[in-house]
Amino acid sequence: MDETFDAAIVGAGPAGISAACVLADRGVKVIVLERGEYPGSKNMFGGVLYGHHLRQIIPDFVERNCPIERNIVESRLWYLSEEGGLSFAYRDTAFFEERRNNAFTVGRAKFDRWFADQARAKGAVIVSATVVTDLLTDDAGRVTGVKTDRADGDLRAKVVLLADGVNSPLAAKAGFRPEVRPENVALVVKELIALPEEVIDERFGVSPGNGVTCEILGNVTLGMNGIAFLYTNRSSVSIGIGANLADFAMQQARPYEMLESLKTHPMIAPLIKDGKPKEYLAHWLPEGGYDTVPRLCGEGFLIAGDSAMMFNALHREGSNLAMTSGRLAAETILEAIEKNDFSSSGLQGYVKRMQDSYVLKDLRKYRKFPSFLETHKELFTSLPRATCAAAREMLTVDQVPKKARQRDAWKAIRGQVPPLRLLRLVWDAWRSVR
Amino acid sequence: MSVKVEDKLFLDRFNVDDESHLRLRDGQVCFDRCQDQPCLYICPANVYKLEKDRISVNYEGCLECGSCRVGCPHFNIEWRFPRGGYGVRHKFG
Repeated sequence: MDETFDAAIVGAGPAGISAACVLADRGVKVIVLERGEYPGSKNMFGGVLYGHHLRQIIPDFVERNCPIERNIVESRLWYLSEEGGLSFAYRDTAFFEERRNNAFTVGRAKFDRWFADQARAKGAVIVSATVVTDLLTDDAGRVTGVKTDRADGDLRAKVVLLADGVNSPLAAKAGFRPEVRPENVALVVKELIALPEEVIDERFGVSPGNGVTCEILGNVTLGMNGIAFLYTNRSSVSIGIGANLADFAMQQARPYEMLESLKTHPMIAPLIKDGKPKEYLAHWLPEGGYDTVPRLCGEGFLIAGDSAMMFNALHREGSNLAMTSGRLAAETILEAIEKNDFSSSGLQGYVKRMQDSYVLKDLRKYRKFPSFLETHKELFTSLPRATCAAAREMLTVDQVPKKARQRDAWKAIRGQVPPLRLLRLVWDAWRSVR
Repeated sequence: MSVKVEDKLFLDRFNVDDESHLRLRDGQVCFDRCQDQPCLYICPANVYKLEKDRISVNYEGCLECGSCRVGCPHFNIEWRFPRGGYGVRHKFG
């Protein structure tokens, strides 16, 4: 390709397309390179997007027929043992009306395609089925463009934004980010299970168009540091489970077996009964937190979204961090174009913007959370068993006086987790998130 | 629980390239130096299978997560993305 672009973006996901929209809006000559057959064809996440962040890029996304699956009105947190589980749930009328689309589910194959179309309409060039294999650099080591696997594959650009996701051999090859270490990612598998729309409405107790998210913790990850989830789409549910990749290797556990066993759990089986599996996918979650975020920019390049390991494990937020970092990278590129300075110092505004935004503030706040999870395996072994056993004791109604019941419940907990260890757990948990 | 991952992969759409995007750098390493052979477990598509005298690489069903590349204790897996437009094609995502 002979043409020179102002900006080349690697990856047509939430980070890359957000950046492309902002740049194209301001008349910047921008190209997005996507390795999939179409944007979204390689992308996968749990399923939740956030309206606030999308609105900053496309204010009228609802009117523009954004392919929303369901507006989330209730969030559940489940803590499961083998036999049962505790459920905490919050539902609010605010999420039906004035805060509608605060969070909503999407399928990435549809959403990313739609999102890329919005960027295209603004003037961005989106090229699919093209893998960026390397970066072009000049003698001084400055990034001057990208190499692709197309025949006439070199493409020059004043600045390159890397937004190619958590599994980025390119970032490692270019030295922008060290190769991922197994302990810093979670491997997640997800299945899409088709169910009639009205069956989902009924099973989750929602009106048409509204939905529920369930975040799931407990024994279901076989003692590994991991999570599971069940999200409602319009006429399907997404069920997924994942664990730290280093834990997987150590445990010799097979991801799909864990998924199948989750589907038979008494809290989950009735919700997906008679559903038809439609798709099975796997992806990483960048779970390492703040300490694994690489240098955000250098000579002629910036890095955003999952490529930069931006994921808030406690709140399960990632797509919003990607959109915000993509937008802030684009604002920095606009500034660099104005100054005609694409050097590392010319792009430093990105670091400042990120530090001032919730993205790095939140990641810094929860900096110790990943290691808290990794060093407190009782959260995934004895504690769910203990809490469920205690709940079972307290809820069993017979002739035993309540005082004795409470003693039995406490005994059930103590038998699994010694009181001092429990105290330590609560203390460490608080310290890791304060 | 014994689960056939083939049944799951059957749900997916693949545009399979003639050439594999995954390669064992040195098949001997898997037998001489690798005790745990984690690729046999962690791969969500069961791409790696233990045969009599080697580990076979069934790249056709690869879900492109990257786990084998970083999970191999000997960094013995040469891993690249399938050529543009090839590989797994998400219907829903």
